[in-house]
Amino acid sequence: MLIALYGDQVAPRFDLATEVHIFQMAGNGELLEQKTVVLPRASAEQLCHLVLVEKIQTVICGGIEDEYYKYLTWKNVSVFDSVVGSYKAAIKRLQSKTLRPGDIIRESIVRRKNGTEPQKLV
Amino acid sequence: MNTWQHTQIKGLFKTPIELPSLMDEIPLGIAVLDTQRRIVLINRAFEALSGFSLGDARGIPCFHIMRSRLCIQKCPIKKMDSNSESISVESDMINKERELIPVLINLSPIKDTHGHLIGFLETVEDLRPLKEVDAKIQQAYGFRHIIGKSREMTKLFQTIPLVAQNDSAVLITGETGTGKDMLAEAIHQASNRAKGPFVKINCGALPETLLESELFGHQKGAFTGAVENKPGRFRLAHNGTLYLTEVGDLPLALQVKLLTFLDDKVVYPLGSTKGFQANVRVITATHRNLDMMVKERMFRKDLMFRLNVVRLHLPPLRKRGDDVRLILDHFLNIFASRFRKDVKNISKKALQILLDYSFPGNVRELRNVVEYAVNICPKGQIQPMHLPAYLMDAKSQSALSPFGEAEPSEWSAPPITSNIEKSDHWTWASRERDIIMEALVKAGGRRNKAAAILGWGRSTLWRKMKQYKINEQ
Repeated sequence: MLIALYGDQVAPRFDLATEVHIFQMAGNGELLEQKTVVLPRASAEQLCHLVLVEKIQTVICGGIEDEYYKYLTWKNVSVFDSVVGSYKAAIKRLQSKTLRPGDIIRESIVRRKNGTEPQKLV
Repeated sequence: MNTWQHTQIKGLFKTPIELPSLMDEIPLGIAVLDTQRRIVLINRAFEALSGFSLGDARGIPCFHIMRSRLCIQKCPIKKMDSNSESISVESDMINKERELIPVLINLSPIKDTHGHLIGFLETVEDLRPLKEVDAKIQQAYGFRHIIGKSREMTKLFQTIPLVAQNDSAVLITGETGTGKDMLAEAIHQASNRAKGPFVKINCGALPETLLESELFGHQKGAFTGAVENKPGRFRLAHNGTLYLTEVGDLPLALQVKLLTFLDDKVVYPLGSTKGFQANVRVITATHRNLDMMVKERMFRKDLMFRLNVVRLHLPPLRKRGDDVRLILDHFLNIFASRFRKDVKNISKKALQILLDYSFPGNVRELRNVVEYAVNICPKGQIQPMHLPAYLMDAKSQSALSPFGEAEPSEWSAPPITSNIEKSDHWTWASRERDIIMEALVKAGGRRNKAAAILGWGRSTLWRKMKQYKINEQ
């Protein structure tokens, strides 16, 4: 599974994401393997390529252009787009199988103390 | 949490007014942010543009809702304080419908009565309508289904969107097969009448009596056989465009009736005293030389003046230079995929045959030649043997009258100044060769000077000279 990142938040734009969090999840929701990859530059095409190369089955992001959304779904990748919140909160929802496209995980944003500036992960 | 619902403006009128309802009336996306760049309020236009409702967006950092390139790459608000001036930046955003929208974002600080920064005002203008018009004007290599990159065609493509925007009568001239019908339809499609009907009638296809009834309609019993009312093409084209092709073939009697309509915009069906106010834009086309016909009293001068408000001339293919190659490749792709044939390109020899041919039937003829070749060619490259035999027969080519009934020089834009005697059956290649020869003669054989006369680089001149084998002579 792949989450496009903007700091510690789900990236508002798939095409402008320069970091991604890639992880594997067992059937019971347990996280098996996690890594954060920094991309050389923001590019929707390269991100789609990465998704296919890494054999990703689920992508979580904010805004995504229809062209890339259709391409990924055509390649049998599930896309949860327009997700708003921290990437950790998105993973939790995914683990509990409650994540839906367009979810606004308000508590993960409102509770943050350091203002709205996303925190750098890498 | 409902405090924003009761945000009121006091002192402006006798009674307080609600801020959100006032903002909703403004047709520009507006977002009010706090100092932490969280959404406080958005108006209806912003909701429509972004796809997020006020309930969803409230309290969320604006970059999650705006999703603009500006937010992510270089948010100007970060450096904005109470003394900052407003900033206007062009950017783009992706809405919930997954559309990438070009936008103009205006950001300004909001200050309290003491001058302290209390938030930011963000306005977002959808630039799509403007970009569409720009694209139409800048997309010079084609308009709708018409393609070309020659100077004349580029100029035409830039003119069409402008001509389409008003209701002026348009006269399209050009030889047969140059694309007059396509141009008329392109004008209609680009105009405000695009949702209305586009009605076409060929003035040369019907006898006079039938044509009158066809154009203006008739009343039941107006003549023998008129068993019911007929609306006529003018009435059918109401709120749309009526395209009269081959208007040069319109009989004189009907020319008067058309003239009357153009003046009064009222249609009187045959046998009826009751007129119909038709809101119709008239586009006409002809391959005939109307100026000459006016002189010969075959066409009414006053009608000519009314039709000739905007004249668009489609140049013949032999005057469109490299367009032959462009159109050739275009049709090759179309027919190869339509016939499901693995025909990839055209051989040099076959291409040279086509470039040397003058195409009296213009684009239509080229289209037919390519269709024939794709049909005949089994796969791979089109060879000379796959082309119609008449192309290689120079005699048959010269036997044909390339200009049909019209005299193209009368219709055309002023030709390139040249003292070289013009041949009736020249091709673009022969014309270009002549121009090079003339420049070389003028320059006394000095290539640098000849290139300067032609406005080309020395290497271009060298390449063209090699192409036309001028050196060898």
